[in-house]
Amino acid sequence: MSKAKIATVWLDGCSGCHMSLLDMDERLIEIAQAADLVYSPLVDPKDFPDQVDVTLVEGAVSSEDDLEKIKKVRAHTGVLVSLGDCAVTANVPGMRNPFKVDSIMDRAYLENADTNQQIPLEVIPPLLPMSVPIHHVVDVDVVVPGCPPSADTIYYVMTELLAGRTPDLSGKTRFGI
Amino acid sequence: MKRARVITFKIDGQDIGAHEDETILELARQNGIYIPTLCFLEGLSQYGGCRLCVVEVKGTDRLFPACTTYPIEGMEVFTDSDRLHGYRQDILQFLFSERNHVCSVCVSNGNCELQGLAFSTGMDHVEVPYLNPQLDVDASHPLFGLDHNRCVMCTRCVRVCDEIEGAHTWDVVGRGADARIVADLNQPWGEAASCTSCGKCVQVCPTGALFRKGASVAEMRKQATFLPYLSQMRAGWQNEEK
Amino acid sequence: MIDRFEKIKRKEREAAAGVDYTIGVCVAASCLSLQGDKVLDAFQEGIEGPKEEGSPPSRCRAKGVGCLGLCSRGPLVSVTKQQDQPADDQSRVLYQDVTVDDAPRILEAHEADKTVPDILCPTDTPFFERQIKIVLENSGKIDPTRIEEYIAADGYHALLEAVTEMTPNQVIDEIVRSGLRGRGGGGYPTGLKWTTVAKAQEEKVKYVICNADEGDPGAFMDRSVLESDPHRIIEGMTIAGYAVGASRGYIYVRGEYPLAIGRLKKAINQARRQNVLGNGICGTTFNFQIEIRLGAGAFVCGEETALIASIEGKRGQPRPRPPYPAELGLWHEPTLINNVETFANIAPIIRNGGDWFASYGTATSNGTKVFALAGSVAKNGLIEVPMGITLHEIVEELGGGTANGHQIKAVQTGGPSGGCIPASYFETPVDYESLKKLGSIMGSGGLITMDETSNMVDVARYFMEFCMAESCGKCVPCRVGTVHLHNLLDKIYNGKATHKDLALLERLCSFVSETSLCGLGQAAPNPIRSTLRFFREEYLDLLVDEPVHAISEEVAA
Repeated sequence: MSKAKIATVWLDGCSGCHMSLLDMDERLIEIAQAADLVYSPLVDPKDFPDQVDVTLVEGAVSSEDDLEKIKKVRAHTGVLVSLGDCAVTANVPGMRNPFKVDSIMDRAYLENADTNQQIPLEVIPPLLPMSVPIHHVVDVDVVVPGCPPSADTIYYVMTELLAGRTPDLSGKTRFGI
Repeated sequence: MKRARVITFKIDGQDIGAHEDETILELARQNGIYIPTLCFLEGLSQYGGCRLCVVEVKGTDRLFPACTTYPIEGMEVFTDSDRLHGYRQDILQFLFSERNHVCSVCVSNGNCELQGLAFSTGMDHVEVPYLNPQLDVDASHPLFGLDHNRCVMCTRCVRVCDEIEGAHTWDVVGRGADARIVADLNQPWGEAASCTSCGKCVQVCPTGALFRKGASVAEMRKQATFLPYLSQMRAGWQNEEK
Repeated sequence: MIDRFEKIKRKEREAAAGVDYTIGVCVAASCLSLQGDKVLDAFQEGIEGPKEEGSPPSRCRAKGVGCLGLCSRGPLVSVTKQQDQPADDQSRVLYQDVTVDDAPRILEAHEADKTVPDILCPTDTPFFERQIKIVLENSGKIDPTRIEEYIAADGYHALLEAVTEMTPNQVIDEIVRSGLRGRGGGGYPTGLKWTTVAKAQEEKVKYVICNADEGDPGAFMDRSVLESDPHRIIEGMTIAGYAVGASRGYIYVRGEYPLAIGRLKKAINQARRQNVLGNGICGTTFNFQIEIRLGAGAFVCGEETALIASIEGKRGQPRPRPPYPAELGLWHEPTLINNVETFANIAPIIRNGGDWFASYGTATSNGTKVFALAGSVAKNGLIEVPMGITLHEIVEELGGGTANGHQIKAVQTGGPSGGCIPASYFETPVDYESLKKLGSIMGSGGLITMDETSNMVDVARYFMEFCMAESCGKCVPCRVGTVHLHNLLDKIYNGKATHKDLALLERLCSFVSETSLCGLGQAAPNPIRSTLRFFREEYLDLLVDEPVHAISEEVAA
């Protein structure tokens, strides 16, 4: 049997969930024996592969780029996992939601900039009006709240999924800590 | 003094002996049966607003809040079912969607009753859209702060201030989703003349809405254990006076 | 006492006999807003104003009267020919859309025993002929600002009979026998409610409350009764006070009804002077005081426990029931709380007997019901019809179909707590049980008709917007649920929702109705549920396959 293909995606988040994933330490080797990491900010490939068995997504959907990415990921993924509070609740990226995008851009790039005050029009993808959880945009199969979810939780989720089971997260992780 | 009659009824199949003036919630707790609550707090009057404690009663489709319902002889109460479980999750979803509850940056992270309830009922994501209201933080009081983003309108603060402290600094203004906790006649808390700065409201607040100034993320721990003591002591005095 | 009533009656008859025609100008709110008061002034000016030397005194007199029913054609003016017998409808002509300039024409015509044909309002139509008036028996006939006219129309006779010749139990028996059910919407048997309050411990102070916080969109029955015949409510409440052993009553009127409040105040003062209210009523030892309390415009204060909290000076929000107000009400005392129209039925029942009342209506819903007929029908206004009449008769016959030639599509009863009934069910008799079976309720009497141009999703959205704005905010399902339900309906109506959203809408409907604290929240999803039941295709037509940017929904929110 060929190894399962797994991917991790980083949308609007602090990368803390990826750090927590790395905190699995030696258990990473165990995972690597069961699966290939085919796409991730931690590995080289630049394009999302055609078919991935399990994708862990960190971060909220905040920009047009995020939206495009998550749609693509969904289309090419078997089991989509929302990893961490930003993916599940929009969390810190969502704290801008009560305010209008224009005023946020003004605050960030004009009012609070010491030099070179201008709103970037290139390279930085335009923000969506709201930063939203992934399941408000595409169907999500497993949600793993936590800021970040602990390495133990992520290990549990991955081993269960690789074993073909749906992880039961009750009592294991929660919003916030 | 008229003694309440003694009755027997069932909670989740378990026989319960009760005085008829005890609520289903009190009796469930006495008998080690867990019913989730949020607005309820032992020592304060019952409010019946959060609806988390709704239970089923055999013979009717209606749901009853355990905190304000009294048992009758032969009643059969059920505290857990798929329907109740789903509705409790829905209530928590509604609360999380209503205001801006960002656990990871909240003073009460890790010590919050709302967060804890989501954990214990397995409410792990919010299906309905977030409402993202723009809300204020009142930091005008020298010792404490009020963050409306975290408030769940349980009115524990209103009740403790009125019923225990006797100041009635807090009350509710506005309707529906616009309802807000206000100090005195909708003044900044620091300017509310009736406030004694006793801090009881902060201690009974289930979330990070009321907090001690200086507490950073996850540093706000609350102690509401003084309440049953105070209210029992007061009840004792009142009985002596009679 | 009865002698005094007779004397008042005789004087009133003599005053009426002095002229040949009595002109009644509607001075209820709807006609007043169309300058009914100026029309009345014009008549008075024409009668009493300076005349040519030697011309005979006018054969007419003019007075303000209560609502004449057909509000959409106001200001309405009735002219009654004086006969020995009390006036009945046959000797009366009605004028519609009357202006100040019409007054001299009408006066001139009737001085010569003629009429003014071009503004005559035909009264041989079903709108007038199919009505049976118990609650509205005096509306449009007596001057609401004069207690003498009320007494001359047999007013306060029921009270006199009750307190001098009947025991409280006999009064309650009569109400029980009448089968009267609460007209505020719930349909709880009035006699049973009275019995419960009467049975509460004797040493307790008890209260009687009249709920006049009419708040349903499109409903104006209670306002009209208060404006047209305020003494009827005072008499009904006083009889209730005697029956249940209360000595204090409150009328909780919404502050938006200044005319009703003014007339009630005046009526209370008049009633005190005539000794039919206050201490030692009608020479007996029975005391009963009535005070007015004003609502500040919160719909939820029509809910009885919220209303009681509001009277107590607290924030108007409901508390869980039981205990019901009959046991633990105002100031924690047993309290009888009934709606305006319920109290309006009391005096006729005592006067004519419970069996007489029970002879009207159906087996389970006795008597008549006042409806505020509004919306697309040709004839808008206030009607009183026997229970059991079909919706078809109300809409097509009394209401005269639509004004614009479109087909009537549905009627909405029960306001934001009710539902929409499609035309295919118009043969349904109007009674508490039948309407409930169709997912609506009798409600307080708002009856809004809609034609084909109405989109039912939009209708549901309107009512949900109302519930959202009027939720008190105490319980979570109603406070937050009404917002989500409204936003979902908005999303569906704007063509941005998928089948998944519809499924969520339906699930939230059950959740909100089953877990909310009070009737407002429990019934808030009713307009959605009933439109989904009968007009599901209108929802499906608006759905899309692909979500239109799941993002934008949160923008709207």
